[in-house]
Amino acid sequence: MDAASLALTFLYYGATLVLVLGLALRIRRYATVPAPLKIPTTPAPISRTGVVLRMIRELTLFESLFKSNKWIWLFGWMFHFGLLLVLLRHLRYFTDPVWGWVAFLQPYGKYASLMMVIGLLGLWFRRLAVDRVRYISALSDHLMLALLIAIGVTGIAMTFAVGTDVVAVKAFFLGLMWFDWQTLPSDPLLYSHLILVALLMLVFPFSKLLHAPGMFFSPTRNQADNPREHRHVSAWALKLEKGNG
Amino acid sequence: MAEQPAFDVPELKPYPVIPKLVEDTMAHSQPFVAKSDFQEPLGFPGERVDDWQDVAIKKMGELTDRYRSLQVFLDSCVKCGACTDKCHYYLGTTDPKNMPVARQDLFRKVYRRYYTFAGKYMPWLVDAEDLTEEVLDDWYKYFHQCSQCRRCSVYCPYGIDTAEISMAAREVMDSIGKGQKYCNEIIGKVHTIGNNLGLPEPALLDTLEGLEEEVEEDTGVAVKFPLDQKGADILLVTPSADFFAEPHVDGLIGYAKVLHEAGLSWTLSSHASEAANFGMFIGSYENMRKVALRIREAALDLGVKRIVFGECGHAWRVAYSFLNTLAGPFDFLDPRYPVPQHICEVTHGLIQEGRLRLDKSQNDGMVLTYHDSCNVARASRMGDIPGGQFEIPRAIIRASCNHFYDMPADTVREATYCCGGGGGLLTDDLIELRVKGALPRMEALQQVVEDHGVTHMAAICAICKSQFAKVLTYYGFQMDQIVSVHQLVSNAIILTGSEQEKEAELSEAA
Repeated sequence: MDAASLALTFLYYGATLVLVLGLALRIRRYATVPAPLKIPTTPAPISRTGVVLRMIRELTLFESLFKSNKWIWLFGWMFHFGLLLVLLRHLRYFTDPVWGWVAFLQPYGKYASLMMVIGLLGLWFRRLAVDRVRYISALSDHLMLALLIAIGVTGIAMTFAVGTDVVAVKAFFLGLMWFDWQTLPSDPLLYSHLILVALLMLVFPFSKLLHAPGMFFSPTRNQADNPREHRHVSAWALKLEKGNG
Repeated sequence: MAEQPAFDVPELKPYPVIPKLVEDTMAHSQPFVAKSDFQEPLGFPGERVDDWQDVAIKKMGELTDRYRSLQVFLDSCVKCGACTDKCHYYLGTTDPKNMPVARQDLFRKVYRRYYTFAGKYMPWLVDAEDLTEEVLDDWYKYFHQCSQCRRCSVYCPYGIDTAEISMAAREVMDSIGKGQKYCNEIIGKVHTIGNNLGLPEPALLDTLEGLEEEVEEDTGVAVKFPLDQKGADILLVTPSADFFAEPHVDGLIGYAKVLHEAGLSWTLSSHASEAANFGMFIGSYENMRKVALRIREAALDLGVKRIVFGECGHAWRVAYSFLNTLAGPFDFLDPRYPVPQHICEVTHGLIQEGRLRLDKSQNDGMVLTYHDSCNVARASRMGDIPGGQFEIPRAIIRASCNHFYDMPADTVREATYCCGGGGGLLTDDLIELRVKGALPRMEALQQVVEDHGVTHMAAICAICKSQFAKVLTYYGFQMDQIVSVHQLVSNAIILTGSEQEKEAELSEAA
């Protein structure tokens, strides 16, 4: 096994650890900070079932964003749905034998990468062209798009243009999972792709990508509208009540 | 227009346009700072403390420990831009710091600097910033250019509500001794006198007696306006503006007529002679709770069975969404009724049961439209189904008058625009902001005036009514074009034994 493969092996262990641990800590934080008041944006569902349906619509259809701005919705949805298919397709590098539905998704996942990059380019165009969005953009907002586009473009190049030794890639990742480390083909495109993905994993828990777990904890979306029927009191508010109530 | 304003009033355009941003157009706008007399009674330092940066940053951490909304919202924004054209203050002023995301970022950049990895070590990458004098100035200016109306939260893909951030920012500023005079002075008055306007009990009693005489003169019926009547069934809590401001007082007369005609026993309370709760505007749970507890005390003291709220937007948010949390449980009240109820729920129920006779033609002099008040629309509900807060007031208006037209769909219901004076901004030191912030609503009104000949706009919020009575004139409308919903009911209702009933019987017989 060469030094480069070994470096990438440890990079991936590190990135996975940071991603999983970082996200777990952040999610624990969101789950434990209390929500002392009922603040759903109304009209809101009255029941838990209604809330689950609202969250599913937000998650899959980007309902609020659709109400807001059709262009951001279109590009945002293209990117996220494309990314989902691409990620699912990549499961083939982590499973042996490849699950049936993953095999079924393979052609869709390949073309979804194009949809993903077109969505990202659309979002970046807006960020540069619309004065209001340009005003609110930090350097990190541009770099995040650049990173995602670079990951997409290197992947697309390997899928559609130059190709890479996917059998060896799969052996490398299965080796990572079962601690039976393998050599990765020394293909610069492949290395670029994998290093960029590791970078994305590393920045995830420290960046605006926290919107992914965050949206599940957003009180304006995940609370049921039933304050008259059920008394809602947080632990610290209860302490306040006991103290001088 | 009474006087020439010191600023340019925006032009009403025939259709809405998203304006190009122009930096710092509102950098001069800020409300008066509270003096120590108004700060200390609320538990805040009288003047800015010496180590204000440390205190503020620590307070910021306390608030993210206390409020999940704040913590999640500070982390989740992706700067997608969906909210950038949704705030009435941005549309009316074109100042980019009035875009919801930019307003949030005034707070977020400081949070990032002190509480995130990227902001601590790479502030240049993520636009993190130290809490400097300039940043604090921006906070004071622009967190007092947010009316906490939640329109941005409807359109945010993660439901980020700028109101939560502006409440937190105001709480941080209060904690270092830089509070806003208007809000803090008013909260003080609620505690010392009982209501926002500082109307003492004798004056209140006098006003109510005057109203009784007025109604009896008009109708021949002795409609009572009871105060502090022990053993009454219903405690009515209403904004103090209802006691004398126009058109608010016509709404109060409407509630009294409805309750009288339905044969319900009710009372106002001098201890809780105010529905408003400005504790919410300054983000202070403690102050909001203290103000809310007055209502519980009054209900216990008077031995009532139900609590009903009058027409007031943010008061209804605090009542509907928070009262049970802040001052509950209300297990001593009649369990057959929700606690609290909105006067519109009561009136609507009575109309449905056929217990009120309404002569719509009494309002034929008006063509109506309805302004959904932001806090009612996006932070509360009426009735049993989601969206009842839109349907119930409209059903009451339709039952009370013949001519009603809604404003354009993207300016009503959950998409409604704030009047421009909510969230603790209804003060003359912010008049330019109030006038400019009313622009989107004025454009929508202009459209139904042109399309349907609308003459009046009804509302169920004391702040909306006061704000419109003031700003309508800047846009070439008349101040009396804003009316109370229960004013329409008051005009139309035929009280048993009244002059109007006799006339109606005569005209039927003929």
